[in-house]
Amino acid sequence: MELLQILQQTGQDLLGPAWLPVWTIIKIMVIVLPIMGGVAYLTLIERKVLGWMQVRPGPNRVGYWGLLQPLADGIKLLMKEVIIPTKSNKFLFLAAPVMALAPALAAWAVIPFDDGMALANVNAGLLYLLAMTSLGVYGIIIAGWASNSKYAFLGALRSAAQIVSYELAMGFALVCVLLAAQSMNMGDIVRGQQSEYGLLGWYFIPLFPMFVVYFLAGVAETNRAPFDLAEDESAIVAGFHTEYSGMGFALFFLAEYANMILIAALTSVMFLGGWLNPFHGWPMIGGLTDAIPGLFWMLGKMSFFLFLFLWFRATFPRYRYDQLMRLGWKVFIPLTLVWVVVVAAWMQTPFWVW
Amino acid sequence: MAEIKNYTMNFGPQHPAAHGVLRLVLELDGEVVERADPHIGLLHRATEKLAEHKTFLQTLPYMDRLDYVSMMCNEHAYVMAVEKLAGIEVPIRAQYIRVMYDEITRVLNHLLWLGAVGIDLGAMTMFFYTFRDREDLVDCYEAVSGARMHAAYYRPGGVYRDLPDSMPQYQASKIHNAAAVKQMNESRQGGLLDFLEDFTNRFPKHIDEFETLLTDNRIWKQRTVGIGVVSPERAMALGFTGPMLRGSGIEWDLRKKQPYEVYDRIDFDIPVGVEGDCYDRYLVRIEEMRQSNRIIKQCIAWLRANPGPVMATSNKFVPPKREAMKQNMEELIHHFKLFTEGMHVPAGEVYSAVEHPKGEFGIYLVSDGANKPYRMKIRAPGFAHLSSLDEMSRGHMIADVVALIGTQDIVFGEVDR
Repeated sequence: MELLQILQQTGQDLLGPAWLPVWTIIKIMVIVLPIMGGVAYLTLIERKVLGWMQVRPGPNRVGYWGLLQPLADGIKLLMKEVIIPTKSNKFLFLAAPVMALAPALAAWAVIPFDDGMALANVNAGLLYLLAMTSLGVYGIIIAGWASNSKYAFLGALRSAAQIVSYELAMGFALVCVLLAAQSMNMGDIVRGQQSEYGLLGWYFIPLFPMFVVYFLAGVAETNRAPFDLAEDESAIVAGFHTEYSGMGFALFFLAEYANMILIAALTSVMFLGGWLNPFHGWPMIGGLTDAIPGLFWMLGKMSFFLFLFLWFRATFPRYRYDQLMRLGWKVFIPLTLVWVVVVAAWMQTPFWVW
Repeated sequence: MAEIKNYTMNFGPQHPAAHGVLRLVLELDGEVVERADPHIGLLHRATEKLAEHKTFLQTLPYMDRLDYVSMMCNEHAYVMAVEKLAGIEVPIRAQYIRVMYDEITRVLNHLLWLGAVGIDLGAMTMFFYTFRDREDLVDCYEAVSGARMHAAYYRPGGVYRDLPDSMPQYQASKIHNAAAVKQMNESRQGGLLDFLEDFTNRFPKHIDEFETLLTDNRIWKQRTVGIGVVSPERAMALGFTGPMLRGSGIEWDLRKKQPYEVYDRIDFDIPVGVEGDCYDRYLVRIEEMRQSNRIIKQCIAWLRANPGPVMATSNKFVPPKREAMKQNMEELIHHFKLFTEGMHVPAGEVYSAVEHPKGEFGIYLVSDGANKPYRMKIRAPGFAHLSSLDEMSRGHMIADVVALIGTQDIVFGEVDR
């Protein structure tokens, strides 16, 4: 902390008013670079975990235990030709991957990794997140349209319908969190879950159905199995990114994985108490674990959700398009609607202890 | 109002779920299929025409390449046709070996099918699980024939050679050290029958594992129950055979209804479906694997107890023993004639069919007494099944077409021939 203050002071003295943008860019780098690294290694972990679940070793040729595999993949994708289909809209075709990745990264601005450790302490953080995660679908729709391919077009249509339906359920789940925390600031939401009873104070207990719905809607929003209809490889080849190669494809890939990490982070922040120690206030173990920095808990919770993403992929068959819609409209949305009312009423009673 | 029209989409020939080179022209109303038009012929290799220019023995390996996931069953139909025409008596031990390998082939085919249909419907892990068991079975193929897929093991008059007394062993390498290899070789210490018996003891538990993943899985059921329903009457009218017909509830199995080889001495059941949808066809195939496992066990027990010849002795069709060939003039002449001209099969025509993993696989053979068939016609089950795809898929969605192609168990080697 002291070091940070010295750095701030020196920066101020040297650059004057120009220091603020420079400092912000430094902070962005500190967030974005580890995320990109996390994305790269998430692909490796995914392949390893899937491998273990499928009784095979997974990648193990490049570097020890395949540790250099993501680098090799990255280099390969960089060197590949970016093929632009004839009769496609070139500008949109090239812009779409960027439009998919940018919101996925921008959303990270409001995520608190530890107490006060967020790029922007926005009071309407929840709204900002909702906006950013919804924007990502434009990249997919535009990619599907601009490719001038029927497979890609179908993928884009499916994705659009899917996002519209699941965004609603997700929004209602967030409304519940908002009610419980009485704040849209991500930091305040976490602090609202702080109590002397450790994990018993977290929102996943009163909001359990919302917790499940939110995470499943998140899986659907990131187009991951079993909701990966936008890239249903057995029916529409590769869906919206059928025509992409090289870096264009890589950017979609990065966006998908960045979104996965984002959903994992959001679920941890809103339902599992973000950086809070699950054993805080418990006899014995609470005192021992309070010394562990919050960042560790945050990353641990995120890893748990990321593992769930991979586990789902290894276990479940894929939904059909209409079944996905049915699940969204007939199960998730009514459930969330009812729970909003339940929580609102519950909070008026003395039984609300969170 | 804007004018709304259907649009057509090419599903294949290069498509991950087309099971080879199916080109399906789909007419779509949104996601709903209005018409499915299969275009075949992209894998046509003129097997029937080639057979007219090869000796009877040279045609045999082409049979493996028809349905390239159930190799020995194809051979079986062919050698049975030749045997019927030539009137060759097949030794009983050879018949048991053939039955055993037919069932191994059925399990191989259904395992590949289960893995492939799993991937088609998004359950990717199935593929790896089924291939783990396939590995042992292709090792059995390799042990008798030297080839893991295209075995060419059956011969008119029996099988190429008796079952081996030892299994090939794994060697230590950079990946598997000596200790790991020792464990992998544990089941390979005895002969082929011991290895296979070990497999049949393990296998039912593995089928249970597959079923845990799929049978009661809600998503799996949503994707298969009520999809592509075929009534028993329609199934018969469309020329369905095998699991497709049995899935619709008709108990028709050539192994029971027209027993060939020693199937009449073996105890097994025929599973039938009720609804005739994709889920029933899936259940029928799963149960068939269990029944095949039962048949293999019975064959192992019999083969253990009854040694004997595995080839007929008629030297007009069967090559003589090498030792005899070196010593006797007559055998030498037979050997020379057989391996230059090939066998001369008496004039006539014959149809022989086996219960292939996919249905009734038949060979219609016309001989004019020469060393080559005059005409050969192959009755492939997949052809009849594929021609019903349009009827089955109307009104379903694109993703269901994938499930349909999957449960029809289409392999283009036999459809296009």
